[in-house]
Amino acid sequence: MSLLDVTNLEVHYGKINALKGVSLHVEEGQLVALIGANGAGKTTLLNTISGVVPGSAGEITFQGEEIFNEHPHLITRMGIAHVPEGRKIFSELSVEENLEIGAFIQRDRERITELIERNYELFPRLAERRRQEGGSLSGGEQQMLAIARGLMSDPKLLLLDEPSLGLAPILVERIFELVTEINKRGVSVLLVEQNANVALQTASHGYVLETGTITLDDDAAVLLTNEEVRKAYLGIA
Amino acid sequence: MNTLRDLIRSRPIVTAAVVTVFLAALPFLLGNNYYVRVATIVGIYVILVSSLNIIIGFTGMFSLGHAAFYGIGAYTSAMLTTMAGWNFWLALPVAGIVAGIFGTLIGLATLRLRAVFLAFTTLGFGEITRIVILNWRSFTRGPMGIAGVPIPTLFGWTFDRYGYYYLVVVLAALTVGIIYRVYHSRVGRALVAIREDETAARSMGVNVFGYKVLAFTFACVFAGIAGSFFAHFQRFVSADSFANLESFAIITMVALGGTGSIFGPILGALILVILPEVFRFLAQYRGVIYGLVLILVIVLKPGGLAGVKGIFEKPKTPKRRKRR
Repeated sequence: MSLLDVTNLEVHYGKINALKGVSLHVEEGQLVALIGANGAGKTTLLNTISGVVPGSAGEITFQGEEIFNEHPHLITRMGIAHVPEGRKIFSELSVEENLEIGAFIQRDRERITELIERNYELFPRLAERRRQEGGSLSGGEQQMLAIARGLMSDPKLLLLDEPSLGLAPILVERIFELVTEINKRGVSVLLVEQNANVALQTASHGYVLETGTITLDDDAAVLLTNEEVRKAYLGIA
Repeated sequence: MNTLRDLIRSRPIVTAAVVTVFLAALPFLLGNNYYVRVATIVGIYVILVSSLNIIIGFTGMFSLGHAAFYGIGAYTSAMLTTMAGWNFWLALPVAGIVAGIFGTLIGLATLRLRAVFLAFTTLGFGEITRIVILNWRSFTRGPMGIAGVPIPTLFGWTFDRYGYYYLVVVLAALTVGIIYRVYHSRVGRALVAIREDETAARSMGVNVFGYKVLAFTFACVFAGIAGSFFAHFQRFVSADSFANLESFAIITMVALGGTGSIFGPILGALILVILPEVFRFLAQYRGVIYGLVLILVIVLKPGGLAGVKGIFEKPKTPKRRKRR
């Protein structure tokens, strides 16, 4: 039993079959990357795990418990935090208010303060801007805020959807350093990325998703040297 | 404005004392029964506006039928006291509960759907409520209305004239106080998260549907309580008092004062109750005035006078996102 087991997952949008029997595993403490082109179904997979999109068949278990098509708020309570694509931070609220809402499932005031402090230590930029409106942050800072907000629920597993989206290369590097650091502190991560190069360099294990099917499943280092991956996703002939 | 706000924040007890003394002395300062009556009506609208603000301002839902719940509260209280012989103090909370039950039912039926459906349903519900009251003669006495609703009494003291004023001040203060506490609690954060982004709120662990129904019900309870007070203050209820124009008036007050702010809507109620009294000769144009105010607010100041975030504002996010 892994931390997260996805088995033969099928998802349909009307008649369109978005995921065609996907199986994937995340072990405790692992950082797993899921790469693939636009429209391959990467976001759909994350959304189905977190309960936002209903699946049509298959099985998803988290720590041995069935979570397939469970309500999203209950899945969050079980220890999965989803940082959605496009960040979706609360732009009218301050950085600190964003973090407080992130701690919605925490009821202990002291614990919330502790988690906020831990986040400020991890993301000093956010501490500097704690009173600023979320929407006034730069793209990189907004991504940090989205991740920090996800961590406020104190998850065992972090689902990260395209953290590099629309960021300058230097910021992408910084974000991935932080993801590595978060993983080192004991949070397992399932990372979805179009930027295959940086994703596979960060992760220990990788999956390649193509039009709803997992085509490759191997150590990230092995995938980095794989001919097909190099051609299709790394742009190296 | 900011300095005043800072002053209030840094000296909450002094502010509360000043406000209390002012509200207590107000009837004597006004020294005229008619003015005290207007002040009492302001109090009723403070309850209505603050409660509608939970729906519109905090949670980002849109109700076009708040007057229906106000009316249900008024009729519940009027009927319980005149036909069943209940005491006002018992009828008041029950009126709130009955309005809340109707709110829950409407919420359960529509809040899973997209936001516009709540607007349509509440608009329809407002009209249905009025028509049912008007036509169910054996139950509500239909167009004759219910007269002779008793004056509240407590330990032999009768709440007439100034009594109504003080009672509504207490009710309104309780309402605003409770709403303030809820807004700054965990529940309040959940509501704001829903207003800002439902998907994100869900992934924070917020039961979006549950909290929407809760917020809607909560608001309807206060509308019912306002209705109960109104019935005993006016001592007569009829369907006309709770038509859709009334809902529209409450929405205009919220919009003018500022959605999402605790004290803004109070200002909106104050202005829009007093204004038509001053311009009495324009009485038949009440609807036109509300319409104009609403349009002016939307065009000139979508956040309202003290608004945190207006429902009429375009979402700012896409514009900002481009500025990476």
